Amino acid sequence: MYARVVERITEGAIAGVLWAFRVAVVLLVIVGSALTLAAGRYSAEAWLSLIVSGAVLGSIYALVALGYTMVYGILRLINFAHGEIFMAGTFGGYFVATALAGIGFLNLNPLTSILSVLLMMAGAIAVSVALALLVERIAYRPLRNAPRLVPLISAIGASFFLQYAFRGFFGAGIYAYPTVSILDAQVPLGLEAFRMKWIDVLVLTSALLMMAGLFLFVQRTKLGTAIRAVSEDKATAALMGIDVNRAIVMTFAIGAAMAGAAGVLYGLIFRQVYFFTGFVPGIKAFTAAVLGGIGNIPGAMLGGIFLGEVEGVGPTLFLSGLNVPSPNQLRDVIAFTMLVMVLIFRPSGILGERVAQRA
Amino acid sequence: MHDASAGFADVPWRTVIRVGLLGAGIAIFLCLVGIVPVFHARPLIKDVISLGQTALVLALLGTGVVAARTAGVRSRLAILPGALAGSIAGAGVTALVLIGELINVRVVFLNASPLLYEILTFGNGLAGSWIAIVIGAVLGAAGGIAARLPMAARRPLTTFVLALLLAGLFAGILRTAMLTTPLAGLARLLFSSLGLTVIGAIATVVVFVGGREVWFYTRVRQRVVAMPPAGQRLVTWPLLAVAALMVLVLPQALGPFVAQVIAYVALYVLMGLGLNITLGLAGLLDLGFVAFFAVGAYTVGLLTSTAEFGIAQWPFWAAVPFAVIFAMLFGAVLGLPILGIRGDYLAIATLGFGEIIRILAGSDLLKFALGGPRGILNVPKPIAVEPTHFLAGPNQMYYIALAGAALIAFVAWRLRASRIGRAWISIREDEDVAEALGVNLVQTKLLAYMLGAGFAGLGGAVFVSLVGSVFSSSIQLFVSINVVAIVVVGGMGSIPGAVLGAVFLIGLPELFREFSEYRFLFYGAALIAMMLYRPEGILPTRFASREVHLKSSELGADTVVAAPTHSP
Amino acid sequence: MPQLVAKGVTKRFGGLVAVRDLDLEIEPRAIVSVIGPNGAGKTTLFNCIAGWYHIDEGEILFEGQPIDRLRRDQIARLGIARTYQNIRLFAGMSAIENVLVGQHHSLHTGWVGAVMRTARVREEEEMAHEEARRILEFVGLPGHGMGQATNLPYGDQRRLEIARALSTQPRLLLLDEPTAGMNPAETHKMTDFIRRLRDELGITILLIEHQMRVVMGISERIAVLDYGEKIAEGTPREIQNDPRVIEAYLGRGAAAEQAAPRPDAAGSEA
Repeated sequence: MYARVVERITEGAIAGVLWAFRVAVVLLVIVGSALTLAAGRYSAEAWLSLIVSGAVLGSIYALVALGYTMVYGILRLINFAHGEIFMAGTFGGYFVATALAGIGFLNLNPLTSILSVLLMMAGAIAVSVALALLVERIAYRPLRNAPRLVPLISAIGASFFLQYAFRGFFGAGIYAYPTVSILDAQVPLGLEAFRMKWIDVLVLTSALLMMAGLFLFVQRTKLGTAIRAVSEDKATAALMGIDVNRAIVMTFAIGAAMAGAAGVLYGLIFRQVYFFTGFVPGIKAFTAAVLGGIGNIPGAMLGGIFLGEVEGVGPTLFLSGLNVPSPNQLRDVIAFTMLVMVLIFRPSGILGERVAQRA
Repeated sequence: MHDASAGFADVPWRTVIRVGLLGAGIAIFLCLVGIVPVFHARPLIKDVISLGQTALVLALLGTGVVAARTAGVRSRLAILPGALAGSIAGAGVTALVLIGELINVRVVFLNASPLLYEILTFGNGLAGSWIAIVIGAVLGAAGGIAARLPMAARRPLTTFVLALLLAGLFAGILRTAMLTTPLAGLARLLFSSLGLTVIGAIATVVVFVGGREVWFYTRVRQRVVAMPPAGQRLVTWPLLAVAALMVLVLPQALGPFVAQVIAYVALYVLMGLGLNITLGLAGLLDLGFVAFFAVGAYTVGLLTSTAEFGIAQWPFWAAVPFAVIFAMLFGAVLGLPILGIRGDYLAIATLGFGEIIRILAGSDLLKFALGGPRGILNVPKPIAVEPTHFLAGPNQMYYIALAGAALIAFVAWRLRASRIGRAWISIREDEDVAEALGVNLVQTKLLAYMLGAGFAGLGGAVFVSLVGSVFSSSIQLFVSINVVAIVVVGGMGSIPGAVLGAVFLIGLPELFREFSEYRFLFYGAALIAMMLYRPEGILPTRFASREVHLKSSELGADTVVAAPTHSP
Repeated sequence: MPQLVAKGVTKRFGGLVAVRDLDLEIEPRAIVSVIGPNGAGKTTLFNCIAGWYHIDEGEILFEGQPIDRLRRDQIARLGIARTYQNIRLFAGMSAIENVLVGQHHSLHTGWVGAVMRTARVREEEEMAHEEARRILEFVGLPGHGMGQATNLPYGDQRRLEIARALSTQPRLLLLDEPTAGMNPAETHKMTDFIRRLRDELGITILLIEHQMRVVMGISERIAVLDYGEKIAEGTPREIQNDPRVIEAYLGRGAAAEQAAPRPDAAGSEA
C-alpha cells in the first residue's frame, strides 16, 4: 500500500536524521576538542580563566533560571517576562549605585563598597519583586485556568510591555554602572599567568549562597514545602489547607528576587545595561532551566553553570581547532544546539523534571 | 432600576479608594513613561486638546467608571465614588508635580521634564498643581454618571469617544491622502495637519454618533440576517466587491507612506496564513518561523542577485519555486527530529533553531556564501517598471504579497475542509486520541510544518526581492513572535482572523510610526488585553479551539473528574 | 481461535504494579466485561491493549499478531478502537467531523488532492460523509452532524464518541464505562445498543463497567480484577457467587455471609 511505503520512509528518515544529527554533534565536539588541545595554542592558565569566566556567567544564568524553573513548576507557564524582571534589577542596582557613588560612599573603603553592593541588591530586589508581583496579578492570575497557549501569549505581551515601559522611563541609551574599585582588583593568588578579580569571587560566592539559601528554604521551611506541594498537585494541596495563591505569589517573589540580585551582579561585571538587556540572558536562562530539568531547583543551578561553561569554553574548545573563523560569534549556536539536543534526546533534562502530571 | 434604599454606608469605600489609587498609578505611569509629554505634540482637536492630554482624560474617566461599577451601579450616589476615585487619581498627578518641583526626579525618570509639569499644571507651575485634583474629581464624577446611564444613553457616548479618538488618530493620514484629490478643500476644513479641527470634531461626532443610532434603530443588521439566503447575498456580495475593490486600490489612493505600510501588512498576512496551518490548524507552536522566511529570502537573493554573492542571475519568477521548495525541505529536515517533542518544549526548540539559523547566516563561518552581516545585496525587483507605473515602489510588494496571500488563503481553505485538515485539527485538540483513531502523528505534523515553512519561504522570497537585500539582522525572533501573535489574536485556524490580526498588530503600529517608541508598549498591552478578554481571537472559527477557549463547564476542571466514577 | 490474547501482561509505574501477570482470552464476537473495585487496573489494562502504555512483561496478540510494541495508529488500523472514561471529543470540530476523523486511515486524499479537489477527491469526500451520516444514524444521532461536538447533551456525546470509534471500522471495541452518568432509562438504551453493535456489526466488545445490572445483563464472560490481578473469570452466574469476588468488593465479612446457606439463592448485586 502506497501509504505504508511513505510511512516506512518517514520513519527511516526520522531515525536517519536523528542519528546523523547525534553523530555530527559528537564528532564535532570530539574532533574539535582534540584538534584544539593538540594544537596547544592555549595555555593551562588560559583555559582556567575561560573556565572561571564560564562559571561566573553560569552563576548569573543559574540565578535567573531559578525563577523560570520555579514558575514553570508551579504554573506550567513559560514566564517570558522574567528576562525583563532581571533587567529591572539591573536598573534598580544602577540607580542605587549611582546615588551611592554620588555621595562618595561607593568607593570610600572596602567595607562601604561591600555595604553598597548589598544596598544595590536590596534596591534591585525591591524593584524586581514589585514588578513581578504586578505582572502576576494583571497578566497571569486571571488566566490560571486557561489553556496553555493563552497565558503564553499574555506573557509575551507582558515582556514587550515591560521592555518598552522601561524604554519610556529611562530612554534607549546605555547606562554604565559606576566602577567599584575593590571589585576590579586582582585576587592575590600568587599565580603568574592566571588572574582572577574580586568581582568573580563575589559573583560565585553570592550566587552559591543564594542558591543554597533557596534550596534550604524550599526543603526545610513550611512555605517552601507548600510551594513544592502546590507544584505537584494544586488541588490536593488546596484540600490540605494550603493557601495556593500565597504559594504562587511567593514563588514569583522568590524567583524575582534571585533575578534582581543577578541583575546587580550582571551590571557589576558587564557594566552596560539598557532596556533590552534582559532579552538574550532571559532566553539563555530558560535554556539553562530546561537543560537541568524544568521545575527542578538543583537542576536549574546545574543547568546554569553548565550552560555558562559551554558558552565560555565551548567556542574555543570545539571550534578553534577546526579553524572556524571567529568562533565566539557562534557561542549562542553552541548553546542552542545543546538545548535542541537535550529537548530531543532527553527532554526531562539532566537531573529530571519536576512538574505535576496533567490529567 | 434604581435602588433607592442603597445609601451612603453601602458603598464599599475602601474598594473605591483602591480604584482611585490604581487610577493614580496609571496616570503617573502615563506621565513618566512619556506618553503624556510626547503625545502632547500631537493634537486630537487642534488648539483644544492634545493626544497626551486625551490619554490622561481617558485614564481619569476610566477610573470614575470603574469606581462607580464597583460601588454598585444601582446606587443613586454613583457620582460620589466616581468623584472620589477621580480626585485620588488626580491627587497622584498633583503629588508628581509637587515632588518634581522639589526634587530633581529627572535623574531617574527622563520624562519628568519641565514640559511635563507645564502640561500638568496648564503652565501655572506650583500654583497650578491642585488643578489636577479638580479635573480628576470632575472627570471621575462624569465617569461615574456615565457608568450609571442606561444603555440607550451609553451607546452614543461610547461611539462619541471612540469616533473622536479614531478620527483624530487617522486625521493626518486622511488629510494627506485627500489633499491631492478634489476633496482637498474638505480635507483642510475637517483636518489640520495632525489632528481634527474643531469643525472636523463636530462633524465626526455628528456623523458617527448619528450614523450609529440610525443603524441601531432601523435594525439594519437584524433585517439582513432575517432575509432568505438569496436576499442576503444581494446585500453582502456588493459590499464584499466594494471592499475588494478598495483593497486593490488602497495604495494608489492613500499615498506612498500608507502604501509601504500596507505592503508590510500584506506580507504579514501571507505569513500569518502560512503559520495558520502549522499553528492554527495543527496546533504546533512554532517560534522559529522566521528561519524559513530567511531560507526563502536567501535562496531568492542568491539566485537573482547581481552583486558579488549572487550565484546566478535568474528572474524572480524562476527563483520563487525553488525558494518555496527549499524552505519546505528545510522544514522537513528541521521538523523531523523535533516533532516528537511536546507542546511548550516544541516552542523552545523551534525558537532555538530560529536563532541558530540567524547567527549562522550572519557568521564569518558562512560569510563566503551568505555575505556575513552585510548580507546579499542588489536583488532586483520581480517586475522592472518605470517610476510612475502603478507597480513602482512599495506597490509592487503590496500586490505581489496580496496575490501570494490570496493563493495561500485558497490552499488553506481547501485544506481545512479535507481529510488532512480534520487530521490536523484533531491533533491540535487531542493528539493522543487522534493517534488512537488512526492518524499518523509524525507524518501529519510534518506535513503541517513543511507547508508552513514553504509559505514562510514564499514570504521571504517576496520580501527580499522587493526590499532589494537580506541580512542576518532581518531574521529576528520578533518576526516569529509577530506571526504567532497574528494567528492567535486573529483566531486560530481562521483565515479572516489572520487578515485582521495582521492589520491590527502590524498595520496599526506601522501607521503610527511617529510613536515608534510606544508602539510595542501598546502591542504588549493589546496582547495581554486580548488574552484576558477575548482569547479565542478577533474572528474565531465557528468552533473555537480548546487551545484558546475552555467552555465555562471546563474551567477549573483540571483536577475535578468529569465522569461520576473514577477507576484506574 | 481467540481474537485477543493477553498473556502474562504486567505493567508497572515506578514501584506500583498496576497490572500483574494478567491472562485474558477473548473470542471473536464476544461481549466480555472487565470489572473490579476502584484502582484494580481496568483502565490500565485497556490502555495496554490499545497501545497507550507499553507493557513491561508479557505479550498481547490480536488475531494472532503481537501488538504490544505497536503505535496507537497502527493498532487502530489493525481493527481495535476505544472510547474514554472522560469523554474526549474534539472541541474545535463539528460532530460529523469528529466521526470523519475516524475514517482518516481508510481514505486516501493527500494534501495535493485536497487543494486540487479533483472529481475523484470530491467523490471520496462525499462517500466519507455518507458513511459518517450512516454511522450517526446508527448510533441514534441522525441529523446532529453540524453542531459543535461538545455542545451536545452528555448522553449524545457518549454516542458520538462511539460513532467516532465505529468509523475506524474496528473488529474489537473497548468501551470504558459507557453508561457512566446515565439514568436507568438511558442505561437500558445503551445496553441494547451495545448488544446491537455485536449482533448487527459483528464487533467484539470489551467493556469496563461499574453498573452491575449492565454487566450481568449483557456479558457473556466477566473478568474480575483486584489490585492488578485477575481474581476470577466466568459467566455472570459464576461471578456473582464467587466468594473471592464478593470479598474483593465487599470485604471478608460479606463473603462469609454469602457462603452461609440462605433461603433464596437469587443473584444479588455485588
